[in-house]
Amino acid sequence: MSTGIGVIGLYVHDQDEALDFYVSKLGFQVHADHRNGSYRWLTVKLPNQQFELGLFLPQEPVLDAKTAQTMREMVAKGAMPPLVLVVDDCRASYEKLRAKGVEFTQEPIARFGGVDANFRDPSGNAWKMVEARA
Amino acid sequence: MSERSAGSTGQDPALLRRLLRAKDRMDAASEEEWPVQRLASVSGVSPAHFARSFKEAFGVPPHRYLLTRRIERAKALLRDTDQPIIDIAFATGWSSLGTFGRVFKDITGESPTELRARERATAHELEHVPHCFISAAYRPNLKTAVSEKRRRKEANSESE
Repeated sequence: MSTGIGVIGLYVHDQDEALDFYVSKLGFQVHADHRNGSYRWLTVKLPNQQFELGLFLPQEPVLDAKTAQTMREMVAKGAMPPLVLVVDDCRASYEKLRAKGVEFTQEPIARFGGVDANFRDPSGNAWKMVEARA
Repeated sequence: MSERSAGSTGQDPALLRRLLRAKDRMDAASEEEWPVQRLASVSGVSPAHFARSFKEAFGVPPHRYLLTRRIERAKALLRDTDQPIIDIAFATGWSSLGTFGRVFKDITGESPTELRARERATAHELEHVPHCFISAAYRPNLKTAVSEKRRRKEANSESE
């Protein structure tokens, strides 16, 4: 029987830039950072969760050169599936993250009994930030 | 000319990321005016380069993309609120009720009043779907220019 999701990966434009964003701005911790030649297995996690978020480069030899380029374009165009980050207080997190230079694409809006805001990581991945419902 | 479907356009990802920023800005405030000049400055490119690159990246010219977002918002307001149609027209970026009604019908095939009546008659159970997906589901798919769509419709009705 499955007992949980270990890693889900994102494609990013630049792993150093992504690492800085997820750690310095969003408050994740580095979980794994292993290099093998030009390949780098990089994952981060939140302090209170086991789940790891992989920050991967679309690159050879995992992908062929053309597919890697296509994936870089897709990420930069915001075509990757949305992600949801749960926070205690959406407005407070918005103020805090915005002050750190996070690129918000929607200010906090109260609707459907909750509050949500949208931001993007430097690569173009879209996050929806929602307040945990009591 | 057929428009390019999804796939690699060979564009620089750094440029695409900046074009996405202009698209995000239209998404966040589709009721505002977005002349190419303003969008181009968000993306940090020349207006001519912007218009060409945006269409190549996202399949539609920036102005048409903006129209789809405005119509999408208008549809949501017609469905979810009791606001008078003229208020919805102004709130979604049109400066006249006449233009709004005409473009709305050209794109959706029905008038704002008709759409509101039809939506009211149907039960919705979308409370559990995040807002952005609902709005995406209601976004009109504008593959041709609005004027072209109108021309074709008129041509069809004449030939009938």
